[in-house]
Amino acid sequence: MKLLVAVKRVIDFNVKPRVKMDGSGVDLANVKMSMNPFDEIAVEEAIRLKEKGVATEIVAVSIGPAKAQETLRTALAMGADRAILVQTDEEVEPLAVAKVLAKIAEEEQPGMIILGKQAIDDDNNATGQMLAALLGWPQGTFASKIEVSDTATVTREVDGGLETVKLNLPAVVTTDLRLNEPRYASLPNIMKAKSKPLATKSPGDYCVDVARRLETIKVTEPAKRQAGIKVGSVDELVERLKGLGIAK
Amino acid sequence: MSVLVLVEHDGKSIKDATLATVTAASKLGEVHALVAGNNVDAVAQAAAKIAGVAKVYTASSPALEHQLAEAVAPVAAGLMESHDAFVVPATTTGKNIAPRVAALLDVMQITDILSVEGPDTFTRPIYAGNAIATVKSNDAKKVITVRTTAFEKAAAEGGSGTVEQVDAAGDPGTSSFVSLDASESERPELTSAKVIVSGGRAFGSSDQFHALLDPLADKLGAAVGASRAAVDAGYAPNDYQVGQTGKIVAPEVYVAIGISGAIQHLAGMKDSKTIIAINKDEEAPIFQVADIGLVGDLFKIVPELTEKL
Repeated sequence: MKLLVAVKRVIDFNVKPRVKMDGSGVDLANVKMSMNPFDEIAVEEAIRLKEKGVATEIVAVSIGPAKAQETLRTALAMGADRAILVQTDEEVEPLAVAKVLAKIAEEEQPGMIILGKQAIDDDNNATGQMLAALLGWPQGTFASKIEVSDTATVTREVDGGLETVKLNLPAVVTTDLRLNEPRYASLPNIMKAKSKPLATKSPGDYCVDVARRLETIKVTEPAKRQAGIKVGSVDELVERLKGLGIAK
Repeated sequence: MSVLVLVEHDGKSIKDATLATVTAASKLGEVHALVAGNNVDAVAQAAAKIAGVAKVYTASSPALEHQLAEAVAPVAAGLMESHDAFVVPATTTGKNIAPRVAALLDVMQITDILSVEGPDTFTRPIYAGNAIATVKSNDAKKVITVRTTAFEKAAAEGGSGTVEQVDAAGDPGTSSFVSLDASESERPELTSAKVIVSGGRAFGSSDQFHALLDPLADKLGAAVGASRAAVDAGYAPNDYQVGQTGKIVAPEVYVAIGISGAIQHLAGMKDSKTIIAINKDEEAPIFQVADIGLVGDLFKIVPELTEKL
């Protein structure tokens, strides 16, 4: 079975995003960029499925700027077999990403597509579900466990606990944090990744219009909370709690 | 404008997230509600009583029992032929279903809105709440998920909506429910609790986490939450997690104990009315957002606090 994994180049999760003075967005100039953490988990899960003998080939896809090549090379160094970059300098929304991925899925015919549940920049949590809808495939979102036989059994992190669903294949799965701990690419594998195939395409190659449907009017800092007071003892804290009406 | 709200329910009763979603939806137009499930007449009757709900659509079939996205999305998409916006609580159920509906309608979803600024303009958090974007949708129909802590709850009683059965569409048969491993608790649910006590990695072990926090939570009638670090360390189950990647909460009082206050945690609780922090490190970032702070050893403070309450 072939697996498709989608990866996005985003601001590194350790960097605190700064809103631009003119309110046009978040300042990404000279900021460290990395693979979206949830997508790293998706790549790792695909590799584990290959190591178990369930999957035979892993194709990593990214839709983004030329520099997203680096993100794909990371996926290749982790263990993906080949990569496709759909290059565009536009900021592409989840709906357009899902449309491009659906076209690639038609060409590649994967048995499963694994994506991160959300990107840590726009926080939409939508691409996987949209892709499943466009393909008419079932979806296992927020996965904390995936077992694949002739169907996929996916355990999902839901508000009230853990829900397990069974999906016919092909299917779309999106990853949650506790699915696995992604490996670091070893130096020999990083070197090897440089010679793995990476195809560059454009959204036009897939006849997908990537024009934005949502216009960003402005981006602002969230309202700051003022730090309050410090109390010196548990007795004082108890008095405060009484004042709030939550202690008698 | 007519607006369709997806009712969040467990087959028996309506979840509070629905009420906040109705408030957000009512800022856009006349509110209709969709109850999808199996034998959900009681839920539909309850939905019709929510203040501001003019009409309730009920879609009932065995395939809808567990509200799997594959079954619910076509029903919602069908009803959207006669509605202008689909408004859904940003719960795990809503987040699973709404984008699937959006793609069926060829609409870009507006995710996790914090406010309604106009018929097509909304604010929403990006970068884990480190920035707030004001966005305008150019789609003719809107699909919106709502951060429920950002809106007041509509009154659960007082409405007199009509109830109408709709076709539950066919079972696509591509997915099936296997099981739900529900976390049993006598305590209030995190997302609807008035008081939350939350613990971090400083507790050191699962035993100490529960031995110290549970009695305090019982005294305060509080729900118990945890930071991602505490969940990752195995002190508390996944669904205790408060933060950007866990639950977003906004209780009256949030007590953060042994939690340093990482950005990702703050994103999940900073809209709480009063934040109380207990931490041995007086430089911990949690004190920058706390209304009341107490610096000290939680292993001494928590038992003393529990005893004195």
